Formats: sequence, C-alpha cells, structure tokens
Amino acid sequence: MSIDLKQYLRPGVTLPFCAGCGDRILLRLILRAIDELKINIDDMLFVSGIGCAAWIPSPNFNADTLHTLHGRAIAFATGAKVFNPKLKTVVISGDGDLADIGGNHLIHAARRNIDLTVLCANNMNYGMTGGQVCSTTPKGVRTPTTPGGNPYHPFDLCKLVNAAGATYVARYSVTQPSVLVESIKKALQIEGFSFIDIISPCPTQYGRQHRLGTPRETLKFFENRCIMKEDAKGLSEEELEEKIVTGEFSDGGN
Amino acid sequence: MCYDHELMAGASKRKLKSALSANSYYFSGDEAIAEGAIAAGCRYYAGYPITPATEIFETITSRFREIGAVSMQMEDEIASICSCIGASWAGAKAMIATSGPGFSLMQEAIGYAVITETPIVLVDVQRTGPSTGQSTRVGSGDIMQARWGTHGAMPIIALSASSVQELYDQTIDAFNFAEKYRVPVFLMAEEATAHLRERVDIPEEIKLFDRKKKAGAAPFGTEESDGVPPMPTFGEGEKLLVTGSTHDAYGIRKTVDSLAQEKLVTRLHSKIMNNREKIIEYEEHYLEDADIAVICYGFTARSSLFAIERLRKEGKKVGMLRLKTLWPFADRAISNVGSRVKKMLVPEMNMGQVVGEIVKYASCEVVPYNQVNGEIIHPHTIIEQLRALL
Repeated sequence: MSIDLKQYLRPGVTLPFCAGCGDRILLRLILRAIDELKINIDDMLFVSGIGCAAWIPSPNFNADTLHTLHGRAIAFATGAKVFNPKLKTVVISGDGDLADIGGNHLIHAARRNIDLTVLCANNMNYGMTGGQVCSTTPKGVRTPTTPGGNPYHPFDLCKLVNAAGATYVARYSVTQPSVLVESIKKALQIEGFSFIDIISPCPTQYGRQHRLGTPRETLKFFENRCIMKEDAKGLSEEELEEKIVTGEFSDGGN
Repeated sequence: MCYDHELMAGASKRKLKSALSANSYYFSGDEAIAEGAIAAGCRYYAGYPITPATEIFETITSRFREIGAVSMQMEDEIASICSCIGASWAGAKAMIATSGPGFSLMQEAIGYAVITETPIVLVDVQRTGPSTGQSTRVGSGDIMQARWGTHGAMPIIALSASSVQELYDQTIDAFNFAEKYRVPVFLMAEEATAHLRERVDIPEEIKLFDRKKKAGAAPFGTEESDGVPPMPTFGEGEKLLVTGSTHDAYGIRKTVDSLAQEKLVTRLHSKIMNNREKIIEYEEHYLEDADIAVICYGFTARSSLFAIERLRKEGKKVGMLRLKTLWPFADRAISNVGSRVKKMLVPEMNMGQVVGEIVKYASCEVVPYNQVNGEIIHPHTIIEQLRALL
C-alpha cells in the first residue's frame, strides 16, 4: 500500500484477509477513491455487518466505524444518517450480509433513497463460515450446503436495487480497479442511495471448492468473466451465462 | 429523486415547541409516554406499527414535526431498534415502542446495545402471548424476556408503571437511566395502562441527565467507580470503533482473549448491579403491621391497593409492596418485607414470572395468583385471594 493510503489506516492494525482476497484489494480501492475526492475521513461513518467484508472498515479505517449485527448494517446506518445528515455514511459489507439476511433492509433503504453509499463485496458465498451457498451463488455450483449443486438462480443485485428505487446502481469487479474507483467516487458524491455490487473473489473458499487454482488464478478466472455492459450487447443468452456484466445500471441522472 | 427531508422532518420551520408547559393534561398512557420522551429530550424515534403501542408512534411523529425531529417508520422491528442504536451513536436520545411480537424480534439488537453500551429507551406495551395472542388485550408476560431474552444476557433496567402519570414520569426516568448507565432501558407498560386515559400533571422543572463526554477517553472502559465510561458521538473526530464483538476499552475486537471477555462482561454486569440501590424504586402501603403482603407491579397494583384498602376497613392486617423497578430486582426490599410478614400474595397477568424472583429472596410463604385470560385482575379477585390466606 502506498504511503498516501496508509494515513487512512488505524495505527497498529494488521489486515486480516487471506492471500488473494478481493476484499484486501477493495479496501485499497475505497481508500483511493476517498483520497482522490479529498474527503476528510473524520466526516465519514463506516458501517458494516458481519462477515469478511465487514472487516474492511472495522477496525482498519482510521475513522468512525460501526461494526454491527449480521444483516442489519443498513438499518444502523439509516438511524445515524437521518439523525445527523452531515455524516457521510458508507456501508461496506458482504453479499450474504446485505442481500441474504439483510435483503429486506437493502430494498427498503433503496426505496427510501436515503443518502447512503452501500458497497457490497460480492464473493458469491459465505466465506467466513466455510463457503456455503448464498443468494448470489451461481446456479449449479457445489458448496458445503449444496453438495449436489446450487438448485437456484442467483439474485441480480443490481436489478433488485435498481427496481427498488436507488439513485445510483453499478457493478464492477476488483479486477477492474480503474473503473471501480471511478464508480466508488461517483457513489460517494451522488445524493441519494447508491449501490455498487463489487465482485470480490474468495480464493480460500470459492476458489478452492471450484478448483480455480491459486489465488492469482482465481482472480484471473473472474477477470476473464467480467465484461463491460457495452460489450455484452451482441452476446447470446448462452454466451452471457458465462459472463458477469459490469457497468452502471442507474447513473443518478448524470 | 432523493428522499424529501422536509417532508420527513417537518424541517423545523415551525416555531420550536418542545416539552409541554407545566399544567394538567388528559392523556392516554401511550400519549403520556410520547410526551415524556419529548420532555426527556428524545429526538429520534423509529418504529413499526403494532397494537397496542401504535399511538406512541403516531403521537411522537406528529409532535416531532413541531420540533423538527425525525421519526422513521422502518420495515420491521429489527430495523427500528438497529436504527435507534445508530442514531444514539450519532448523538440522539432515541426511543422505540413495541409489543410482544416486536419485542421478540428485537432481542438480538438488545444484546448489541448492551455490549456496545448504547443508551436507548424501549417501551414494551405488553399484550397477551405467546405469538400473536390477543393483540388488544392485556398481559404481562414479557418480564423475564426483558431480563433474559437476548443471548448471554446481562443486567438491564426495566421499569413498571401503574398509572398514566407514572408512564410519563418513568419515560423520563428511562432516558435518564439510559444516559447515566449507558444501557438499554425498558418501560414494561401494559395494554390496560397504555389505553387508559387519566390526568397527567407536568411539573415546572424536569431533571434530565445527559451522557458523560470526555474527549480522547476510552469509550468502553473506565476506572471510575460507577463503571460507566464516557460516550463520544460519531463525527467528533474520535475515530470510534463500535463493535458487537468482545472488545477492549478502545473498541478493538478481542475475539479469543479470555481476559478481555471476562473484564468486559464483569463490568457490564457490575455497572448495573453495583448501582442497583440508586436505581431501584418501590412503594410500600400498609406494611407496618401487615401479616400478609401483596407484591405487585403495573396495572395489577391498582386493583391490589383497592383490595387492601377495602380489607383494612374490615380490620384485616394486609399491606402491599409495589415494584416500580422490575430489573434490577428489588431483592433487599423483598427480603426485608419477607422477614416481617407471614405470607406474600403475588398476583400477575402471566403464569408466574416475578414470583420466582420473590421466592428467591423472601423467607415467608409465597403464594402466586396467575391470571392469563387477557383481562385485568379485578380488585374482588384479589380480595378473594387474600381472604383465603387470612
């Protein structure tokens, strides 16, 4: 990590992430966005739930952090933001936390369109507890709780949040760092509910169970799957099955 | 596109009018709770409609519009209490009111408020249970849940009122206790009192307590004798670490450190239990020469007092002790009365909850009376029960 970004880390912390964890990359990209926007981190509040991604801000960010209950980060953030609208409130948590156990809070916060930025680190499984299936796991994928393959279709979180009424909705992968940083900057600046579904690979659980190889190969696997939505236009449904379509799905009128 | 803050908050354009002026008013219990909260400085409320607590939500929402504060109708009771905890750390005195089903949903977050030492006031307007039960009818089946409902339960403060006036007064007490001890405080109201209309006298002066603040001090540890650390607010540059995991004095997670776990839990326990004599309130009636004491709380105390006064006119030596604080439990008062009387009668609108605590501390014979039909316990019922014991 560059010297510039270290200033945003709480003195004495050791980052807890596994080798090749997307969340470690994401942590750096979030700080880069904050640094480039020159936001005073003391004016920010970082709220997270339970799971690996919830540890991105807590205790690592040298700012006000609220590490909450499983699934409820957005509800906590809503209370803090509504009572003190000056707090630049950012929710950083995982897909299981925000979309499974916390799914109801996610859609209602999007509907209310309160000025929150929600960064969903999507590793397509429950990484911290051993890689079990979750609502974003692709169909057919084997996990410890779906040994015969996941029988269900995953959520398209962007479609879900968009339909619920959010102002800004995007999906990018940590393997697309430049566009992701720009997207986070946009999300932080837009007034209203902004949501980014961030593909954040989990080599330890998802990568291992799917025999994707080393952490580097796992990242490569996702890098190759992600395409920009403009490039997805000409592809057939079959071709799209293998792809993760990234881009902005609601740009807040900008 | 963004939400309308003006619409939501009433946005303080109107003349500020916070607490009601000193006078006599005619309120329902639910309205009195809302007014008590505003007088205590409550400026954030989150809720979800539920009988018989809805009128608290409606009253406080319309009053908040006059003072520029915000109430939020959340998607469920879990979100409601979580948003109150978030608002409390943002500096608000926050309240939530519910009834049994909502109270059950809130249990996990109550534990979060306990371990993060977040002041919030939770009103449980009790109705019959279990489950949906009879939503418009009275019970007091949540007393043990208040103390033990969340996993790894630690002491909290729970109050019980017998009149509309007392619901007003105890709502203010609840905020003061929450701020003073950094703990969730429960007002264990009952449908019968919440929907009762009575006179409420609002005094000229109301004593309020605000959370201690000390810049740079550890927010989750203290050497002070009261065991309550100062509480900073988000946005003050304190770089707060608030977590529901076991933590040290500065909020750093200590997930496998036995000493950190023991130290935190011991302090959470002792900051309430060591101060319990300052917290506990009760009221004695006709106990000086009594042979039988009725130990009661909430609406049942009204019927009990009526019954005792009737029997006193007949020369019967009966008295009563009314618990105004349910948790921490008034162990010394019960032990004291238990050594003076021959028998205790404990009428409750449940299958026996507080009676179990009384048996722990009273040396005399303790007789429960349990009524769970969704009706108040009538004075004649208590007279009958007392006659059988005389």
